[in-house]
Amino acid sequence: MSLLIFIPLLPLIGFIINGLGFKKIPNGLVGVIGSAGPIVAFILSFYAFGQFRAGNNVPIIIHLFDWISVGSLNIPFSFQIDQLSLLMLLVVTGVGSLIHIYSAGYMSHDEGFGKFFAFLNLFLFFMLLLVMGSNYVIMFIGWEGVGLCSYLLIGFWNKNTNYNNAARKAFIMNRIGDLGFLLGIFLIIQNFGTVEYIAVFEKAAGMSVGNAAVVAITLLLFVGAMGKSAQIPLYTWLPDAMAGPTPVSALIHAATMVTAGIYMIVRSNVLYALAPSSLEIVAIVGLITALMAASIGIFQNDIKKVLAYSTVSQLGYMFMALGVSAYSSAMFHVMTHAFFKALLFLGAGSVIHAMSNEQDIRNMGGLRKKLPITFITFLIATIAISGIPPFAGFFSKDEILAHVWEHNKLMWALGVAGSIMTSFYMFRLLFLTFFGDFRGTHEQAHHLHESPVSMTLPLMLLAVLSVLGGMLNVPHILGGSEWLAHFMEPLFENAKSVNPVLMAELHIEHSTEYMLMGISIGAAIVSALVAYVMYVSKKSVPDADGQETGLQKVIYNKYYIDELYDAVFVNPIKKLSDIFHSFGEFFINLGVDSTGGLVKFGAGQLRQIQTGETGFYVFAMVIGIVSLMLWNFGTFIFK
Amino acid sequence: MLTLLLILIPVLAALVVLISKNNSAKQIALVGAMTELALAAFVFTQFKADATQQFTFSYPWIASAGILFAGGIDGISILLVMLTAFLVPLIVLSTFRQPYKSASIFYALILFMQAALMGVFTATDAFLFYFFFEAALIPVYFLAAVWGGEDRIKVTFKFFVYTIFGSLFMLVALIYLYYQTPGTHNSAITALYTLALNGQQQGYIFVAFFIAFAIKMPLFPFHTWQPDTYTESPTAATMLLAGIMLKMGVYGLIRFILPIVPLGLSAHGNMAIILSVIGIVYGSVIAIQQRDMKRLIAYSSFAHVGLMAAGVFAMNLNGIQGALIQMLAHGINVVGLFFIVEIIYSRTKTRNIDQLGGITQRTPNLSVYFIILMLGSVAMPLTNGFVGEFLLLSGVYESNKWLGAVAGLTIILGAVYMLRLVQKTMFGQKTAFTEHFADLSMSEKAVLIPLTFMVFWIGLYPNSFLKITEPAVVNLLQIVQK
Repeated sequence: MSLLIFIPLLPLIGFIINGLGFKKIPNGLVGVIGSAGPIVAFILSFYAFGQFRAGNNVPIIIHLFDWISVGSLNIPFSFQIDQLSLLMLLVVTGVGSLIHIYSAGYMSHDEGFGKFFAFLNLFLFFMLLLVMGSNYVIMFIGWEGVGLCSYLLIGFWNKNTNYNNAARKAFIMNRIGDLGFLLGIFLIIQNFGTVEYIAVFEKAAGMSVGNAAVVAITLLLFVGAMGKSAQIPLYTWLPDAMAGPTPVSALIHAATMVTAGIYMIVRSNVLYALAPSSLEIVAIVGLITALMAASIGIFQNDIKKVLAYSTVSQLGYMFMALGVSAYSSAMFHVMTHAFFKALLFLGAGSVIHAMSNEQDIRNMGGLRKKLPITFITFLIATIAISGIPPFAGFFSKDEILAHVWEHNKLMWALGVAGSIMTSFYMFRLLFLTFFGDFRGTHEQAHHLHESPVSMTLPLMLLAVLSVLGGMLNVPHILGGSEWLAHFMEPLFENAKSVNPVLMAELHIEHSTEYMLMGISIGAAIVSALVAYVMYVSKKSVPDADGQETGLQKVIYNKYYIDELYDAVFVNPIKKLSDIFHSFGEFFINLGVDSTGGLVKFGAGQLRQIQTGETGFYVFAMVIGIVSLMLWNFGTFIFK
Repeated sequence: MLTLLLILIPVLAALVVLISKNNSAKQIALVGAMTELALAAFVFTQFKADATQQFTFSYPWIASAGILFAGGIDGISILLVMLTAFLVPLIVLSTFRQPYKSASIFYALILFMQAALMGVFTATDAFLFYFFFEAALIPVYFLAAVWGGEDRIKVTFKFFVYTIFGSLFMLVALIYLYYQTPGTHNSAITALYTLALNGQQQGYIFVAFFIAFAIKMPLFPFHTWQPDTYTESPTAATMLLAGIMLKMGVYGLIRFILPIVPLGLSAHGNMAIILSVIGIVYGSVIAIQQRDMKRLIAYSSFAHVGLMAAGVFAMNLNGIQGALIQMLAHGINVVGLFFIVEIIYSRTKTRNIDQLGGITQRTPNLSVYFIILMLGSVAMPLTNGFVGEFLLLSGVYESNKWLGAVAGLTIILGAVYMLRLVQKTMFGQKTAFTEHFADLSMSEKAVLIPLTFMVFWIGLYPNSFLKITEPAVVNLLQIVQK
């Protein structure tokens, strides 16, 4: 089993080689070294999957060494291979490998090619630690590590100050979430005396629902998840993170890192089962995020920004699923979303590549003839994300909505409203990019070309996954076996024993289930048609910037949330810094200096006593002796 | 005996440097400091991880008063001895590209400083501790006052008077404690642990010790000497001050306040921990808007030391273990960061971050070292800073949830000011100042490589240090709770 430590180790080795050899290793070799790590890690993950199945699905613990030991607290550096980590391993290494291969083509002309692969490998290393760690602190290492790589890759083109600012914003917003995570860990240590998953969950299984400490732990962990998975109120970094190269957006800011928050909550499902109130908050935050981000997505004109808001919105759906205790549905959506959203971003990258770095869809149009493979694969992904059967997104989204229906009908209705918007903004994006007439410059038109095979091959493979991904968990009523749900079942045994009501199986009449499916499919198709009429039949193109009015203007400006944060947090802290530095330091110094001044003054007064006249000294001595005697006399009398 | 050698070698080396020629002074100083490091490394390998004093020496000093010239190394002092031995050769090496007038005196002072620091961390007699505590001030005062920046005279005078003023409180407390010892009196530090002092006595002594150590570290609001002194001193002196000397204060808290006046700490500990936490936030917030790189790091150091103090005042295993390992980590990071400031300043003649930028385009290597040290400083997991801050914060959190949460702001605010510093200097477009930025020299790499190595060693395998200090800390906590 020790072979499995190579899963995170190989990308780390790739990072070290490409990092130390930057500008010394030829580009061709860089791509091979960089991609080899993830590919072999993917093969090893498959091997681990087989081993795990052969071992009767019992979690495998690989203990490397004791990392931090203080008193009775021991934090081992060890890995846990179980259903959850295996699913994440396969997604991370699988999608990761494809994106590495794609990057070999996409980044080939960049002077920082070696650096790019080094960072990408380092990211994979940390992401694998995150999902493989056997305790919360190892998860935290990966958690912060992927944040660091995200920072380095968003600001990859570091001559550009805007990109650097976006990178910094991402890091700091994540750190706000990380503080929540860290405090959650402290509370876990305080209440459980350990951070190892197995030990914590065993102890939690003996607790009662509503335990105050567990509610606090789950809320604090969720703060961490809000940061990493870009939920309200910590989501504004993700759209800005699009400053990074497009493969980065696909890998880190769509398929893997941003789903870490979902992984964390699925991992902690026992704790959340003990804290239904926390789950309700998770569901509400997820729902609001899903709706708000989708509404912003409708008015964006930057191809990557549309996808970014779409990611935020889809992550919202996953949290909504977690909030209604539909853990395996959330993981299902994590997987299908990884396929189609990575595909969408890579497709967008292919378009940007062809358009000579143009990202504004108002300047595109009609690209389907020039970029046939990109177009077909992008179309597949669009259908998948919109929830139209039989593509992957339909199954996972439908499963989430069915669970939400049972939890709360209003939530379900709003969820469907969100998926109407999803379908609309995605088809709007598709039509504006690939249909109609070309609206770019003459030069761009001349330069249009389909991408090289290293880029189109990953597109095609991801397209296959986006088509077939739904097969992982086809519901019974459609003749499926719900493989994923069964596979994950052992993960939730403790949760079921502490809170059987919450974790009960879905009980929906077949007729209702068909109806729910029908409504969401119909809604998706109708809004796709509306988009078709608007952007293909009527050939309307979004207005130039600054033409918006009323509510449209508010949404176009992303509800002015960034401006709000600047006004409420950023600027006041800067002000406070200046005030502390000028007034604060001045007054403290005044206190110090006046103490010094007082001493100096006193010394000056005292100096006058030293007159050098013997007579005065004798006089002073006598006075002193007399007063001492009086003092003694006094204390003697009054005692 | 080995401990005495650790004090004597730098003295001898300093004397040799003093009589040597100016142009060979730095090489001789480096040899002396390396010899010291070799000896310290030997001591480290021989050190047994238990609660005893090891490698002890003891000679009569003021025999009639029972005051001894005695020292030794235990789990509380070993890391600081190692830190001092590790950093001084790097500090010497960091000056190699810089010509200093009267070099032989300059380097002799650094070595005298090292001897005094070794004395502070190994003294087992309270008055000997006091002697070294004050003696350490003299060389660094001259380093700052002679080789410092424009405002050096005014700034260093304040620094000198302020810290002497604080130490006097400690002297009074020590004399008082000395007269409480039974029989003919003695001043062994452990003798002070067994005194039966009532709550009121402990309260007064706590305040006296607190003022002395709070000024030294410094803690809020006793810090106003610090940013100016760090900024005006020559970088070698700043490194000595921030890298090692401020640890004297934290060490004092652990060695004196905790075991001698635990009741005083219970009575006033809340106030102390609150002041420490205020300092963390206050210092970090100020650092956000600083333009002078040196001043920015000075405020960051002030914020970090607040967390160490808070961990000690939390009086639990995590807090103290965290403080010990964080002292090691902080020493390494802050020396590295000040050195990078020096590298930039020596090439561009400016420390104003508004005038800098794009350095990574000229020397990618420097930005790699800078980012690694920055990550250590902002407590990124797998770097040295994480282990310390994780344990410190969990210690503070254990003692008080809300204070723990507020202290935790350091991980956010630290990222705010450090990322800004890195971005404004390393990234963006080149400026007139950075256009011809020269690549790192051999001697510069020779300083940065060991530092970054330690960043990862402590971060990846902290148990190699935690296991060594734990028995002594456990023992100390037993004394505290007696």
